Amino acid sequence: MQLKTSNQSVLQKIAPFIGLFLIMTIITILNPDFLSVSNLMNVLRQVSINALIAFGMTFVILTGGIDLSVGSTLALTGAVTAGLMASGVDPIFAMLLGLLLGAILGAINGIIIAKGKVAPFIATLATMTIYRGLTLVYTDGRPISGLGDSLTFQMLGKGYFLGVPIPVVTMIISFAILYFILKKTTFGRRVYAVGGNEEASILSGINADRIKIYVYSLLGLLAAVASLILTSRLNSAQPTAGEMFELDAIAAVVLGGTSLTGGRGWIVGTLIGALIIGVLNNGLNLIGVTSFFQQVVKGAVILLAVLLDRKKTT
Amino acid sequence: MIKMTDISKSFSGNQVLKNVHFTLEKGEIHALMGENGAGKSTLMKVMSGIYTRDSGTVEVKGEKVNFTSPKQAEKAGIAVIHQELNILPHLSISDNLFLGREETYGRTGILKNKQMEKKTRQILLDLGLDINPTDPASSLSVGKQQIVEIAKALSVDAEVIIMDEPTAALTDREIDSLFKTIRELQKRGVSFIYISHRMEEIFSLCDRITILRDGEFVGERRISETSFDEVVQLMVGRELGERYPERKSTIGDIKLSVKDLKRTGCFENVSFELRKGEVLSIAGLMGAGRTEVAQSLFGYKKLDGGIIEFDGKKVKIDTPKKAKEMGIGYVTEDRKSEGLVVDFSVEENVSMTNYEAISKNGLISKDKERKLYDSMVQRLGIRTSGPDQAAKSLSGGNQQKVVIAKWLGIEPELLILDEPTRGVDVGAKKEIYSIINELAERGVAILMISSELPEVLGMADRVLVMHEGKITADIPKHEMTQERIMHFATGGGKLAVEDQ
Ligand SMILES: Nc1ncnc2c1ncn2[C@@H]1O[C@H](COP(=O)(O)OP(=O)(O)OP(=O)(O)O)[C@@H](O)[C@H]1O
Ligand SMILES: [Mg+2]
Repeated sequence: MQLKTSNQSVLQKIAPFIGLFLIMTIITILNPDFLSVSNLMNVLRQVSINALIAFGMTFVILTGGIDLSVGSTLALTGAVTAGLMASGVDPIFAMLLGLLLGAILGAINGIIIAKGKVAPFIATLATMTIYRGLTLVYTDGRPISGLGDSLTFQMLGKGYFLGVPIPVVTMIISFAILYFILKKTTFGRRVYAVGGNEEASILSGINADRIKIYVYSLLGLLAAVASLILTSRLNSAQPTAGEMFELDAIAAVVLGGTSLTGGRGWIVGTLIGALIIGVLNNGLNLIGVTSFFQQVVKGAVILLAVLLDRKKTT
Repeated sequence: MIKMTDISKSFSGNQVLKNVHFTLEKGEIHALMGENGAGKSTLMKVMSGIYTRDSGTVEVKGEKVNFTSPKQAEKAGIAVIHQELNILPHLSISDNLFLGREETYGRTGILKNKQMEKKTRQILLDLGLDINPTDPASSLSVGKQQIVEIAKALSVDAEVIIMDEPTAALTDREIDSLFKTIRELQKRGVSFIYISHRMEEIFSLCDRITILRDGEFVGERRISETSFDEVVQLMVGRELGERYPERKSTIGDIKLSVKDLKRTGCFENVSFELRKGEVLSIAGLMGAGRTEVAQSLFGYKKLDGGIIEFDGKKVKIDTPKKAKEMGIGYVTEDRKSEGLVVDFSVEENVSMTNYEAISKNGLISKDKERKLYDSMVQRLGIRTSGPDQAAKSLSGGNQQKVVIAKWLGIEPELLILDEPTRGVDVGAKKEIYSIINELAERGVAILMISSELPEVLGMADRVLVMHEGKITADIPKHEMTQERIMHFATGGGKLAVEDQ
């Protein structure tokens, strides 16, 4: 817990944990079923897709950027992978191509932002539309199914490892790797540096453009991982997949205490943030809140968290 | 006017002020001196309500006060010009000047822009600055932005003006007009608290002086009854000796040779040679193009023409990364925006230029990082509460040392220093000079941009003088005089006469 790069107070760091704990307590009181092992596994599995994207989003936001196109990236990579598989390409090869495509789509964002000097919000707003459009063109607006019965592919979304859903295992492994990268590597440090003061970073001999391209590529790659999980779960690729996913991911990052202006934050917070959102989704269902009203509650929680965060920093 | 007694303040257990007292009389100019980190800025921030004190009392005009925000202090007639500039770069100069107290038609909120612009123009003219009030603040040099800050304080009709190192970024001429304004206002009964590390200034401007050391009050003197030596002695607690330490370097082969460098609108026809072990200074007024030359040599700004030879080989330096790999270091002019990641710890800032050295296969070695930090803190005498202290909470002078520390780690062959001792105390200045000497003695070529003429005279083997983007003189050590440099810095004959 001494990730000093973020220079946040201890209180600020434990706040998301307290929030998660409070929400879980309230939900448990209202419906004790929440705490059952099977339900908790369920929550984790539901969380995994958003968490994977939010991890990547943390990197992007730490550099002072934002990516609105992740949902579309997810849809396009899912569709292309599914398309390849449906047309008989070796599933493993198809999945690798899907991952590569995700990274490329991310890199395109990064290049537009770094080299073209376009504001991240605008650049990814545009690519969000483009990638979604390409998905619709590619799928002709229809779901792609008939993906064969490759065990690896099926396991990805539906399998278990020692009783833990594979998506959750994927999430945990990704988290461990990314946590390590942010904390221990020069790349991680450079991500914080570029977000903290881009000019000073460049003048210190850091290639800020390259760092930016890398973080968007990383996010694209993670979105592709998420898309494989989703496609496997549904056994089909939906052209409308991933809509609004960017907002959940950004919300998780912000709930975790990472600053939208860049340079400050940590990925542990993002994991907790994603859990808060997942627990809310699941818990509100359990206690019988209607899906329309759930949105109101979710929004209010995010707002409350950010307001509390403000209080502490000033 | 103001009386502060027994002021104490600590930050997370680190006591920064210990029972300090300070009095300011009406109409006096009172200097506050002390080494970097002595607590001068902190004391002023306590006075103006930015920090809350742990104990002690503050009285303004005999009444106890408890400011909790700078706004309240301002209402009580106390204006502060902080060490770190507070300019919004995208707003116009006049918008900056009237920020937060814009003049409007009644309560409609509609701005009287013309009127504010006119006032801005007048206030700035009084300070000797002839600029268009509608220009964006970012178009001004750091020095001119500083003047805008000063104008801001002047325009609220404050009774007490606190200036925290106002002249650190000003040229001699700007300083002259500032002093004129200060004396003018003093006659009208305004009091000043003036923080500076420049002894000459303090002795020519101030009436009294209070000295802090390590957060403690060590003395108060009338300027007329004290001396440079006594003040330095009080500040550092020991004799300091010679201000510019001796250098025993042998000047070697040509390290860098540039020919006809040109950057449209900034400078042109810039040619010079710099040898190993040589300290070459570039003098000139603010805006003469010195920093741009440095930035272009470092690959940060594009050149529009010219040839650079490094070690006799023609090179193209198009990114700072490349410059660094060639062994060029660049201690930037503006530490807050170009030098530091202020949210980073001191250690992380020092590491920024040294990732290759402290890592293996992209993994940062905590041990190596700490070793680098330790050695730099020791070598430069940086005062921190520990490696994890945030750079933004360091005193100004110590921040400057951190920026220098960043570049010592790469063992540069050519080190460019842009105003290396700005805002640095006498003791630390000497330490920085010693470091420059040590580097030169090891054969490092030094290019030092400086607006402080005594420093140029004391340190440089040779000085290039720039005026409006051109080199107007190249003067060797034995021919250097302050007058000569100023003469060429102002573009030759005409201004040297005007100045008299
Ligand atoms: N917000 C803060 N948090 C922690 N420490 C601080 C903070 N502000 C100042 N300090 C510490 O207090 C000490 C005094 O700092 P201060 O800025 O008052 O020095 P100064 O006398 O103005 O120095 P300089 O001449 O370099 O500007 C320094 O050691 C600094 O690191
Ligand atoms: Mg200070």
